Amino acid sequence: MSGALLASTLDLLALNPPGWGATLLWGLWHSVLIAAGAFALGLGIGILGAYGKLYGGPVTKDLLAIYTTVVRAVPELILILILYFAVTDAANQLLVALGREKMQISGVVAGVLVLGVVQGAYATEVLRGAILAVPSGQIEAARAMGMSPFLLARRVTLPLMLALALPGLANLWLIATKDTALLAVVGFAELTQATRQAASTTKAFFTFYAAAGVLYLGVSILSSVLFAWAERRARRGQRPVSG
Amino acid sequence: MTTTDRPEAIRVHDLHKSFGTHEVLKGVSLTAREGDVVAIIGGSGSGKSTMLRCINFLETPSSGGIAVAGEPVSMRADGTPSDRRQIERIRQSLGMVFQNFNLWTHRTVLENLIEVPVHVLKLPKDQAVARARKLLARVGLAEKEGAYPAFMSGGQQQRAAIARALCMEPKAMLFDEPTSALDPELVGEVLQVIRALADEGRTMILVTHEMKFAREVASHVIYLHNGRIEEEGPPDQLFGAPKSDRLKQFLKSVA
Repeated sequence: MSGALLASTLDLLALNPPGWGATLLWGLWHSVLIAAGAFALGLGIGILGAYGKLYGGPVTKDLLAIYTTVVRAVPELILILILYFAVTDAANQLLVALGREKMQISGVVAGVLVLGVVQGAYATEVLRGAILAVPSGQIEAARAMGMSPFLLARRVTLPLMLALALPGLANLWLIATKDTALLAVVGFAELTQATRQAASTTKAFFTFYAAAGVLYLGVSILSSVLFAWAERRARRGQRPVSG
Repeated sequence: MTTTDRPEAIRVHDLHKSFGTHEVLKGVSLTAREGDVVAIIGGSGSGKSTMLRCINFLETPSSGGIAVAGEPVSMRADGTPSDRRQIERIRQSLGMVFQNFNLWTHRTVLENLIEVPVHVLKLPKDQAVARARKLLARVGLAEKEGAYPAFMSGGQQQRAAIARALCMEPKAMLFDEPTSALDPELVGEVLQVIRALADEGRTMILVTHEMKFAREVASHVIYLHNGRIEEEGPPDQLFGAPKSDRLKQFLKSVA
């Protein structure tokens, strides 16, 4: 009995049709791709946003405050629906009015943009806090030696703040991998959508959702290992905290 | 050569600095010619560190003039420098040593030394490394080039910080209370390095609480009190025969 169950489960998860393994892995690949793109975009927005909030003019600061407040207040699902449907619709109306062709946004690009904007708001706050925690004397030493602001950020502030920011950034990355599941609502074939498809076709709900859970868990464990390594590297030169 | 023959290294003219409504510097001036060692002494809150930090614009003066190697720093009416690149160039010619060392903790000692020569002054890396190793040997840290600052004593860190400043081959050195954060038994090793620099004729401005040291190495001493120069002159005169009551009292209090 249990042997038969195992055999049928393996059949369902097989890479070749009629197994659904390849579909799930393809969905996982899309999820990781979107999460990585969104995380990278969010990191870029976050660095600019943090510097803008710390050193920008009053208008910049106000605009960034609106951005981080609104994005962090509204549920991601609603933001995805707004950005995916409303923004593409508005863009297409504009294109038609200008006499151009309507555009078709690819799922990956839309996913990266939407989740990247969400990630950017959180990353702005994580990085702002980390930059503030960099010892001011080390920044002052760089200024006193004639470093330009850009070089100072690249060689001193950002590497020093990385050690402080990585735990927060690791959280953001894990949230990014799971937020990709929300893209299922716009019909994008990431892991959750692929799982739903497999499950509803075969009626083997438990098998496929459990398999998806294991895949998400695998991504999470691998990420923890990578972030732990990155944090060790970023903290090089610091005394270990004891007690 | 007489004093006036040597070219001016640093000139501060009628410098004022306010933090909010509090005026910390009320019109101070100094001239350091090449090879001069100017010591600035004074009680806490006298404005001595602020005066030093205005020279390389870590603090923005409220008014007054600053010239480095004869080149006046262009300033707006409110004292802020108007040319960022000029400030950066001038900072590269002034080696600053801080009370708290301020070595970059994510870089080894050697990396600290070559950072600015390689990335700002665009010196080829092998030349920068050779220069850095020579300087580390000079300050007695040849064995420590691969160490991270957090694992060194305060005295070692400060000697490394001095070597880092020297590695830019600056025209003058600025010392901001370089021994104030050190345990007493580590002060000597740092003073020894600074004395050697003075002996080789380096131009330096030194804010210090070490009166005996100031008397020995300085060519000119400035006593600041409440943001004004209360008294200045050669060290033997200032320490041996102070004129003002305030300086007499100050010297008694730190003796």
